[in-house]
Amino acid sequence: MAPATRLALLIGWIGYALMPWYLVEGMSLTSLGWLAEYPFGKAGSALALGLSGQAPWLLPVGAALAAATAVIGNQDRQRVAGVLVWAGLLGMALFFAQAFAIVLKDQGIGWLAALLGGAGAAQRGIGGGAFVTLVSLLLLLCHGLAYRGVCRGDLFTTSTIGVVILLIGLFIFFPVAIILKSALVDQTGALAPMAFVERFLDSSIWGLGCITSGTNCGVAWNTLVLAVLCGVITTLLGLACALLILRTGMPGKRVMRALTVLPIITPPFVIGLALILLFGRAGAVSTLLYEWFGVPRSRWLYGLPGVLLAQVLAFAPIAFLVLIGVVQGISPSLEEASQTLGAKRWQTFRTVTWPLLKPGIANAFLLGFVESMADFGNPLVLGGNFEVLSTKIFFAVVGASYNQGQAAVLAIILLAFTLGAFWVQQRWLGDKSYTTVTGKGDAGLPTPLPRRITWLSAAVIVPWVALTVVIYIVIIVGGFVRNMGRDYRPTLEHYRTGFAVDFSNGIYFEGSAWPSFFTTVKVAAISAPLTALIGLLTAYLLTRQRFRGRGMLEFATMLSFAIPGTVLGVAYILAFNVPPIEITGTGLILVIAFVFRNMPVGVRSGIAGLSQIDRSLDEASTTLRARSFTTLRRVVLPLLKPALVSALVYSFVRSMTAVSAVIFLVSAEYNLSTAYIVGRVEAGEFGLAIAYSSVLIVFMTLGIALIQFTVGERKLGRRKVVALSSSVSDPITQGAAS
Amino acid sequence: MTKVGPASVEFRNVSMRYGAVTAVDNVSFTIEAGKLVTLLGPSGCGKTTTLRMIAGLEIASEGQILIGGKDVTKLSAADRDVSMVFQSYALFPHMSVLENAAYGPTVKGLGKEEAARMALDKLALVGLKGFEKRYPSELSGGQQQRVAVARALVLEPQVLLFDEPLSNLDAKLRRRVREEIRELQQELNLTVAYVTHDQEEALAVSDRIIVMSNARIAQEGAPRDLYEQPANAFVADFIGDANLVDVTVRKVTEGQADVGIGSATISLPARGLQPGAARVAIRPEALLLGAAGQGGSLPGTIRKCAYLGNHLDIMVETEVGELFVVQYGARDMLEAGLPVAVSFAGSGVTLIPPA
Repeated sequence: MAPATRLALLIGWIGYALMPWYLVEGMSLTSLGWLAEYPFGKAGSALALGLSGQAPWLLPVGAALAAATAVIGNQDRQRVAGVLVWAGLLGMALFFAQAFAIVLKDQGIGWLAALLGGAGAAQRGIGGGAFVTLVSLLLLLCHGLAYRGVCRGDLFTTSTIGVVILLIGLFIFFPVAIILKSALVDQTGALAPMAFVERFLDSSIWGLGCITSGTNCGVAWNTLVLAVLCGVITTLLGLACALLILRTGMPGKRVMRALTVLPIITPPFVIGLALILLFGRAGAVSTLLYEWFGVPRSRWLYGLPGVLLAQVLAFAPIAFLVLIGVVQGISPSLEEASQTLGAKRWQTFRTVTWPLLKPGIANAFLLGFVESMADFGNPLVLGGNFEVLSTKIFFAVVGASYNQGQAAVLAIILLAFTLGAFWVQQRWLGDKSYTTVTGKGDAGLPTPLPRRITWLSAAVIVPWVALTVVIYIVIIVGGFVRNMGRDYRPTLEHYRTGFAVDFSNGIYFEGSAWPSFFTTVKVAAISAPLTALIGLLTAYLLTRQRFRGRGMLEFATMLSFAIPGTVLGVAYILAFNVPPIEITGTGLILVIAFVFRNMPVGVRSGIAGLSQIDRSLDEASTTLRARSFTTLRRVVLPLLKPALVSALVYSFVRSMTAVSAVIFLVSAEYNLSTAYIVGRVEAGEFGLAIAYSSVLIVFMTLGIALIQFTVGERKLGRRKVVALSSSVSDPITQGAAS
Repeated sequence: MTKVGPASVEFRNVSMRYGAVTAVDNVSFTIEAGKLVTLLGPSGCGKTTTLRMIAGLEIASEGQILIGGKDVTKLSAADRDVSMVFQSYALFPHMSVLENAAYGPTVKGLGKEEAARMALDKLALVGLKGFEKRYPSELSGGQQQRVAVARALVLEPQVLLFDEPLSNLDAKLRRRVREEIRELQQELNLTVAYVTHDQEEALAVSDRIIVMSNARIAQEGAPRDLYEQPANAFVADFIGDANLVDVTVRKVTEGQADVGIGSATISLPARGLQPGAARVAIRPEALLLGAAGQGGSLPGTIRKCAYLGNHLDIMVETEVGELFVVQYGARDMLEAGLPVAVSFAGSGVTLIPPA
């Protein structure tokens, strides 16, 4: 038995015999009151609780550990392998059986509870001890498999695969499955497929009232129309912009590049907020129009036009970033070839450039489409009576008419839409990209745009850029004036309300925004490294290891990429509100939500980084007797620093700006910045909301700089190796589909 | 650390399949301890897969692999006492030359100084003293190649593997480095498996050559045997140049065959062939050109003649097809259209089985 296996076993016994098995309320390191009855009582260990008869169903789990311990000195590798595999497998089966069978009183699975000796009993959600024991059992199983020669007998590889699968299963598949289940049961919990059909076909979802009569259309149609419009407009804007910048002598290239970074560090609803301050009934522009030209104030902004405008402003830079890559990738010599064959500029554009652009355009459209579907902040702030799926889900969960089943059905529809979009993308675009970048040098000059395209593009772009600039001026200025649109006297009042610090006796953070700000930073700082770790490990497994089920794992990470935040939020609140995993209202659920929400970004940047590191480096390390873990630590990781940085930066930033997933999960104790700001907007305190948003934007800029500084550059000798360092961090395209 | 010394490598009916594709098909061979054996073949013939199976980077689908008499078929690369020099060198770009060379002993858990001492030792052996602090990107191609060799040698492996080690070097350097590799191998008495697609390189360095084609072994033997006694058309054509001509074996007496090539007849070792259709592989330098009308020879006409410094490349049209002839030494150019007689030298013409 390898030392690593013994360690796993030891950890298992610590979790089983010493650590508190359940999650204990009021657990703290300073006051030890919660430990009062240890090792029995609520903080008791599984061994003590099991032997004392309080929770006899925990004993079989310990038996699995004991079985593995019995072969600790055994020399017969195959026999040890067999025992470990079965002990791990049965131990985990018993663990999950008791965890799901015995939950709250009279819930769970009755017959299984009776079988395990816990009929009518209840237990709380699993805690540290239970989790450690579960991981230990998993490791024993994986080590056993490795002893049998799976993955070339590499303990680290099998263990990593096991852990990643367990985590994805627990925190992505399980919650999504719970949504499906919730959709199929009625309020009492009984299976009711008819109720599902009824909810699913509800006219509030699929109604066509806006066409046939004067009423509202169903949310599904609203969402679909909004998403299609958003996709089309953002794509056109992005394309116009990319063409102008790359194919004309237009100045402002760098400004445009900088503009593309803004959406990443801007919380999604802030654009909507700024739009209200400009065009709302009391907005600055509306007031000007009224006072100077007598244009009556109206509520046109609240509804489809406003939401669409906000989304276009927020997501067009993403389309731009995708398309600038595509336009750059079109080899100029192709166009030159066309011209030498006698084609005019316009003919060349129509017959060569445009067909080559098409796949990229489809890609940009789908990104805009999915982004719009998943957006929650802007419809919430600007929607008015115009409901979309994400906001309707929100109100079904937190609103007065709490309806779990309806929320689940809506979530399924939203999930089906986004998955469908991804499916189309994979199917239709997967093999339809024209590679025009080759390794060969290409000396050609890009063809200038035909004049009509130039004018058309400029006519579209200039207002857009102007509006974006105005929006960000509003965000900056808005925090420093009393009331945007009504009262422009400068003030620091909003910042004082939010961020006042009292130095009179020690430092006291008395501003109302501080608690949520600190929680946000803490949660983001904890989840970012975890996201990067899990993401990069998964990327490593997907690109560098061959094992059965690799395709499944790839699909699972793809799936988690397509789950809109709102759906994940609902799924978490439904799945983790009751034992066996009862973590709603804690800070832990926020961390977990961020880790699994942002994991795809980590995986993507990991895969991008790894694909630039030649496999022969890993192999060289292996033939020099290094195990996978050593190879990973000494060879892969140092070379992966840029990918690590981008994974860290984006999980950090996205944790700070995310709204959709966490708005369901925050609690009074653990509130987050974005949720707090949304609350202020709903209460009409726009000044404070916008001041807080600008603080976040500034803070994230600093955070990004700090991460880049700490992780540092890769050392590749004094000469710069260009091939390795370029394009690893292509953040927006990677993080786009949120 | 005790030096284990070189070990033999044995493949017993080894196959490697990726799904429906068979990369290596039922291959058996032995590499004796202390010998340099080349795996030679065109790209896609399975030679690199074979090498990677010796290294443990691929686990064979079927069959048995033994190193030093021990079954290592299922052992991972990290558990085999085998080192490899990669085609791309695979030097760790973020480590200095010394750190690269010391990587093996370092991950093995030897002390820093011990590892550095072993690394310096081998770096000196390949002539890279004084380059320890440089990074791979600051070295020339040839120097990088030496670092790769030093790094592979540091653990004094039982078997050393080379995967097309010279393919990234220019032609002049290639000749020098291949001689150095050969000297190093003989000096240190190493077992070496060496993959290349360059037949001249294989002839120059090997004790024995295994020629592979379509996932199987086409022929194996000493360099001289392969060149002079090719077993089939593939080997004849792949190692050196050869004119492959369809012939008829008229009769076989005491191992000598009377072979009719067009209107000419020559006597060749029968190599187990029976009277009937066969082929001969004729080396270009085994064809002699003389004045037209000589008896016992093939009449022909010069098609092309190219001057290449130390020799002439000549194409001759004959009744058995176009023949490629090489004439060494300072010869006069031959005019196209000139009638000649083509005769055969005493060696360089080999009977092979019909296609």
